[in-house]
Amino acid sequence: MAESSAASIAHHGHPDVTKRDFLKLVTGATAGIGAAAAAWSFIDYMNPSKDVLALSAIDVDLTPIVVGQGITVLWQGKPIFVRHRTDQEIKEAEDVQLSQLIEPQPDSARVKPGHAPWIILIGICTHLGCVPLGNKPTDPRGDWGGWFCPCHGSQYDTSGRVRHGPAPANLALPPYAFESDTKIKIG
Amino acid sequence: MRVLYPIIVAALLAGAVATPATAQEAPTPPAQHWSFDGPFGSLDIAAAQRGFQVYTEICAVCHSLEYLHYRDLAGIGLTADQIKAIAAAVTVPQGLDDNGEPKDGPATPADQFKVPYPLPNPLQQGVTHTNEKADRAAHNGALPPDLSLIVNARPGHADYIYAVLTGFADPPPDMKMQEGMNYDKYFPGHQIAMPPPLHEDQVTYADGTKATVDQMAHDVVTFLAWAANPEMVERKQIGWRWVLFFLIMAGLTYAVKRKVWADVH
Amino acid sequence: MAGQQQSEFSNPLINWIDTRLPIFTMMQKEYGVFPTPKNFNYFWNFGALAMVTMVIMIATGIFLAMNYQPNAALAFDSVQHIMRDVNYGWLLRYVHQNGASMFFIVTYIHIFRGMYYGSYKSPRELLWMIGVVILLLMMATAFMGYVLPWGQMSYWGATVITNLFSAFPIVGHPIVTWLWGGFSVDNATLNRFFSLHYLLPFVLVGVVFLHVAALHIVGSNNPLGIDVKSPQDTVPFHPYYTVKDSVGLCVFLLFFAVLVFFAPNFLGDANNFIPANPLQTPADIVPEWYFLPYYAILRSVPNKLLGVCMMFGSILILFILPWLDTSRVRSARFRPIYRQIIWVWVVAVIVLGVCGAHKPEGIWVVLSRIGTLYYYLHFLVILPILGKLERPLPLPESISRPVIGGGGPIPSGATARPMEKA
Repeated sequence: MAESSAASIAHHGHPDVTKRDFLKLVTGATAGIGAAAAAWSFIDYMNPSKDVLALSAIDVDLTPIVVGQGITVLWQGKPIFVRHRTDQEIKEAEDVQLSQLIEPQPDSARVKPGHAPWIILIGICTHLGCVPLGNKPTDPRGDWGGWFCPCHGSQYDTSGRVRHGPAPANLALPPYAFESDTKIKIG
Repeated sequence: MRVLYPIIVAALLAGAVATPATAQEAPTPPAQHWSFDGPFGSLDIAAAQRGFQVYTEICAVCHSLEYLHYRDLAGIGLTADQIKAIAAAVTVPQGLDDNGEPKDGPATPADQFKVPYPLPNPLQQGVTHTNEKADRAAHNGALPPDLSLIVNARPGHADYIYAVLTGFADPPPDMKMQEGMNYDKYFPGHQIAMPPPLHEDQVTYADGTKATVDQMAHDVVTFLAWAANPEMVERKQIGWRWVLFFLIMAGLTYAVKRKVWADVH
Repeated sequence: MAGQQQSEFSNPLINWIDTRLPIFTMMQKEYGVFPTPKNFNYFWNFGALAMVTMVIMIATGIFLAMNYQPNAALAFDSVQHIMRDVNYGWLLRYVHQNGASMFFIVTYIHIFRGMYYGSYKSPRELLWMIGVVILLLMMATAFMGYVLPWGQMSYWGATVITNLFSAFPIVGHPIVTWLWGGFSVDNATLNRFFSLHYLLPFVLVGVVFLHVAALHIVGSNNPLGIDVKSPQDTVPFHPYYTVKDSVGLCVFLLFFAVLVFFAPNFLGDANNFIPANPLQTPADIVPEWYFLPYYAILRSVPNKLLGVCMMFGSILILFILPWLDTSRVRSARFRPIYRQIIWVWVVAVIVLGVCGAHKPEGIWVVLSRIGTLYYYLHFLVILPILGKLERPLPLPESISRPVIGGGGPIPSGATARPMEKA
């Protein structure tokens, strides 16, 4: 039947794969493909379901938010600050010298072009995750007129940049886009 | 003889499976031809879309479709823009306003299909169900069932729903009808609280198909069959792949088995 | 270190583990080289199929439990959420739902194999009884599992079956209240059924382990029903039966796939697509197909308590089967009368099953009474008597040299005639 492996290597330069081994290989490989397909069903089962994905993006209507006012909306379980800045607040944000910032970032990089009045931030303090105060008119806003975190005293300016620690970084920006001048889509 | 007994048993089993168990209070609905029938079944998208129109314009007044969301309509071939527009045209409860009062607003694709008589669900947790008491009060004590699963929930399935929708007729002379009830040939007991819902040309189909009662019944049943089993097309496609896979694997493993056992036999 | 053996695996990691916990040695002994009769037919595949089905049920069940809500107000909705919104939720649900039916199909065939070939006879009586325990655990698990979707049949099936316990005098009603955790099947019942439905499969795994352990002490039976006489009668389990079982597995999974993908609700009841309503009883309360014969036995007796006893008795009687059957011959192959009589019993069970699906009136009552009577007759009268009166065919000499002889013992040195293929 089949020549010995040693003889076969001498002859062909590679060991013979007998018919039986090839058959087993094909069978094993096919079984492996089936097992992988089945396993994927279980893995994908744990991925976010369609109803969760449907809420992965939300629309926010900006019309009710007057100048100087800020609201908080929930997006993917996180608080999102949407503030309609006054001209004073915009000016204060733009005039800051970058060297004075703990995490230097110009205000222009934190708003959408042509929409400077709107600052949209993830309202989670970059220190240890508390939700900073500053959206309600009665809230303390810290020395820079932005947000104040009551947990450990971090303070953010009107662009959401950290000005006083212990927070190490500016408030994060969620992915968002202006669908019109009065509507944004977050996510 | 040795072979005969298993054959008798198999025949009995087949007969057992074929025997309908429930008592017959109405004739068996005649078999219809459905696009989704059988292992090669698929969904007639055009019929499903027409059926959705029938549901929206006629059935949705009384019947909820509580397990469906507007985004699910992608399954009958509607585009994201169409779905957004369809949802936005519907006013549904939208949680609480700033005073803590329930408020309404235009639906989004993520929202559940509008329930005609909803139970208050101000925090919009889980599924909004029908307020049964309000629904019954509006319908002389009868409760229009939710239609999300109706095709699966009745023996006879699609054929039965079609038969009931097209089976309204004048009662036979010797039949005493209860007050407010309507005669239907295929409804068990022949007395149904629902008045005949379908009338010729009641809807104007967007694709120009003539809206006969039979056509509307056929289309709405196709839509409801999809609503009850939205995964059906994908399920059968995947099914053929697995059947092919196991046929191949059975052949391969059998070949390996023969080789391994060659020295024993 | 006390008791440590030196392992001899070439892979150093496996060797390290095995020296400290000889699981690889155990696997090699029990599933590798284990001497197995070489004349198995495909009936012997079904135990392995049952084990595979059990694993599939546990895997799909655990994942379903990630999304299922065991609360009366949320259960039905959570199942719809799984079916519609969770990725491949419909697939896992249908596999789990139809897997239960498959589990009973393969187990019933596995049991039939045992009855036909005398696998319950000495020295395998305890193995058989552990198997009956497995059947009881399966039935309890399946019963509670069916309640979980909280459809009409879930609710009313649970109501009917739990109410049965009230048949017991004095303690009956307190027991039922205790089972329910209330005054009817309600949220308390659903919640505890979910907890127990999650628990019992793992108890099942333990009992299956005992079942296989008991098997491996005495070794497998075989279609001829005669003992293994020498190593020539056997082959190592691997690769012979690993490969043969994989053929059976592919055929089984093919059948399973056809059911799951093309007829997932064929074995189910339409009523369970209606959410449970305590104020409305369905026209027919019917259990799943695998419970139908017992349901028929239950309803065949006009007396409630007696009906309950006859129903449970129909399974409990299996425990004493090794002692009811008096035949000294194991395999039905060599028992010309028993070989035919057992099929009559099978027919009786199927007839009972059909009766169970119908209303207990008219011909169905008559048939279920005949079926119940015959069921018990088979075990209590036919088997004990038949064993004594039946003249078995002469047994072959051994598995590797099977012989067809005339009547009487085969003289030593006689030439063997080749037997028909096992």
